[in-house]
Amino acid sequence: MNELRNRQVISSLLEIIAHKTATLPNLPIRIMEVCGTHTMSIHRHGLRPLLEERGIEMLSGPGCPVCITPDAYHEAAIKLVSTNSNIILATFGDMTRVPTRVGSLQTAIPAAGSQVKIVYSPIESLNLAKAHPEQEVVFFGVGFETTIPSIALCVKKAKEERLSNYSLLSALWIIPPPLRAIVSSQDTKIDAFLYPGHVSAIIGEAPYQFLADEFNIPGAITGFEPADILLAISSLLDLIKKGRAEVINEYRRVVAPQGNPQALQIMAEMLVEKDAFWRGLGYIPQSGLKLKDNYQEYDAEIKFSLEISPEETHLPGCRCGEVLRGKISPSSCPLFGQACTPASPQGPCMVSFEGACLAFYKYDYQN
Amino acid sequence: MSKISLELGSGGKLMRDFINEEILQNFRNPYLEELADAALLPFNIALTTDSYTVEPLFFPGGDIGTLCVNGTVNDLIVAGAEPRFLALSLIIEEGLEKETLTKIFHSIKNAAQQAHVLITTGDTKVVRQGQADKIFITTSGVGEIIAHPSPPQIKPGDKIIVTGTLGEHSLAVMVAREEFGFEAEIKSDCAPLNFLLPLWQEGVLWMRDVTRGGLASVLIELADRLPYSITIEEETIPLSPPVRGACEFLGIDPLYLACEGRAVIVVKATAQNQVLQKIKAHPQGKTAAIIGEVATSPGKAGELLLKTISGGWRRLEPLTSELLPRIC
Amino acid sequence: MCLGIPAKITELHSNKQGKVDYLGTKVQVDFSLVDEVKINDWVIVHAGFAIAKLNETEAQETMALLREYAQFVSTIDKSKKQNE
Repeated sequence: MNELRNRQVISSLLEIIAHKTATLPNLPIRIMEVCGTHTMSIHRHGLRPLLEERGIEMLSGPGCPVCITPDAYHEAAIKLVSTNSNIILATFGDMTRVPTRVGSLQTAIPAAGSQVKIVYSPIESLNLAKAHPEQEVVFFGVGFETTIPSIALCVKKAKEERLSNYSLLSALWIIPPPLRAIVSSQDTKIDAFLYPGHVSAIIGEAPYQFLADEFNIPGAITGFEPADILLAISSLLDLIKKGRAEVINEYRRVVAPQGNPQALQIMAEMLVEKDAFWRGLGYIPQSGLKLKDNYQEYDAEIKFSLEISPEETHLPGCRCGEVLRGKISPSSCPLFGQACTPASPQGPCMVSFEGACLAFYKYDYQN
Repeated sequence: MSKISLELGSGGKLMRDFINEEILQNFRNPYLEELADAALLPFNIALTTDSYTVEPLFFPGGDIGTLCVNGTVNDLIVAGAEPRFLALSLIIEEGLEKETLTKIFHSIKNAAQQAHVLITTGDTKVVRQGQADKIFITTSGVGEIIAHPSPPQIKPGDKIIVTGTLGEHSLAVMVAREEFGFEAEIKSDCAPLNFLLPLWQEGVLWMRDVTRGGLASVLIELADRLPYSITIEEETIPLSPPVRGACEFLGIDPLYLACEGRAVIVVKATAQNQVLQKIKAHPQGKTAAIIGEVATSPGKAGELLLKTISGGWRRLEPLTSELLPRIC
Repeated sequence: MCLGIPAKITELHSNKQGKVDYLGTKVQVDFSLVDEVKINDWVIVHAGFAIAKLNETEAQETMALLREYAQFVSTIDKSKKQNE
């Protein structure tokens, strides 16, 4: 599938996009890429300036799990590993660098016999529990629908195998509710959405329909290669021109219209919706997931009596919240590039590989 | 900061601050102020030192023995010195298998032979079980200065060459750690760079070995010292397919991965082809490539810019923390 | 963190565990979330799990479309040059 990265294909699609925006009023066309991995891909391939030159402004949305998880979760994880012995806190890499009032997981000094272990898959956390029966393994499971079924499956396996030294510190988020919150607040003018390809592989096309039906905003599900992104943008421009608000699937090789039934079934079996507090977006009803009562013994919050009462905490001056809503661009934050840089991040948007501020800082070489 | 954190050791801003505030303040002198990997001393002597804490001790393509010789030897070579003599300090954890030590010594012997250096003195300490992780090795190296890298001579149009495929050492260590459940046919690139020494007389202006922090970190450091920008092209960067694949899987940028037998070279524009040919003629340099150049645009002075496969540009930033700990 | 890579199944056991290959890198993968896959099928792998099967027909159609686009602009270029 080399076409997805082919120089000729990419420059053709850029040409086509330029032709199309040339015929549209009210430039720039503002497209919100929901998923942090789209932000990362757009940055990695230097697409943002190329699109800007052609009348398209890309807005980063709330689909960066590291960015929207409130500090309270990190602080709980830090407290857990630094005040309890014999804990292995397994976590994904960039969660460890988010700066909080009590430092980051990376700078935390673990208690005797405890450690923070970076894993690539939740399965590794399960293997750690089996390999170290004398230690308590807590998996800091953070993610959207792409990752949630896998995290849940590991808890299910832990229960089936009667592991008593495994638990989940969960920060599980669902994509559609924050999108509703963002468009309802009318804070930001959004002309179209780029929907996350792999979240959609799980949930299918239907969950985005309300954005077209109720809010009249077209959106395209797409993959992460440069050609995928540009093809989707090109299709969205056609819809905008015709004034048609639809959900289109430009990732049909991966996304089935109904999503992944097995994954959805696991989620329904093990998890229940809850109201959740999102960094920058506040409380959103039914926007998070937690383990059902019959899996309580695997819920680290209960097991270790962790009190996570999120409030809008952030380091002084940090405006990640507004960035996550698409309300301001990173360069409008007074800390951006001054006190807040990749070397000394003041907020998660500068930490996460998928964070808007980090992407902006890195690619925007013209500033 | 009242306690030393693991993060300090990973070479980012915390480390730089530490060096400036603690090391320089306490020990300042004109040689130290250069903050170079190898100090250039009177009597034509270059001196360098490094500690090796790689975990695990053995990995595809090498072990702590090959590392502790090649790492030090290469620091001398890229400073413009021919490596001659090494001193080895061993800190051994009580209970280490004698056979492990024998294998390591064997590797050190072979590596030293390959690099034409002699182990002239050393020290051995044994500490209680639990007070060191199997074995730590510190190698100091002395070389004879034969060339003078001259960054001031670097000007726009001068080319950047990398001597081979990137990231293989890092990934070989990861494979050996059996983490992330992945396997690949990747061997560490750990090797001595002696074959580059003659090139100092052929138009090479500057060299650096690509270790912790990877190609990007090395070039960012160089760009920082120049009144120009450095531009490189993604399509020209040599990467073997398994490294490419592993990096995609793990979401790692190969430009930041440590190698232990690769160098970045700045060569005069007029000498680029003959230097490249000479490197490629050597078995260790077969995959060498010209990947970019010193430039006045795009980019501002001190910036490292990458032209992506899509034709767009992005600026490469310094790594803020370790991608993989205890890689060397 | 939607990072998902298309990879080919090289090993598949009855307990839904197996391996995939991507450019010579092999990774252990859990196939519990996908149905009816077999060796040599392509799947999307995310965080150690296969989350979707690659639909080869759709993939080929998309690639063909992209190839068409690539030629489209070559046509524009040609006619531009002819008019110059």
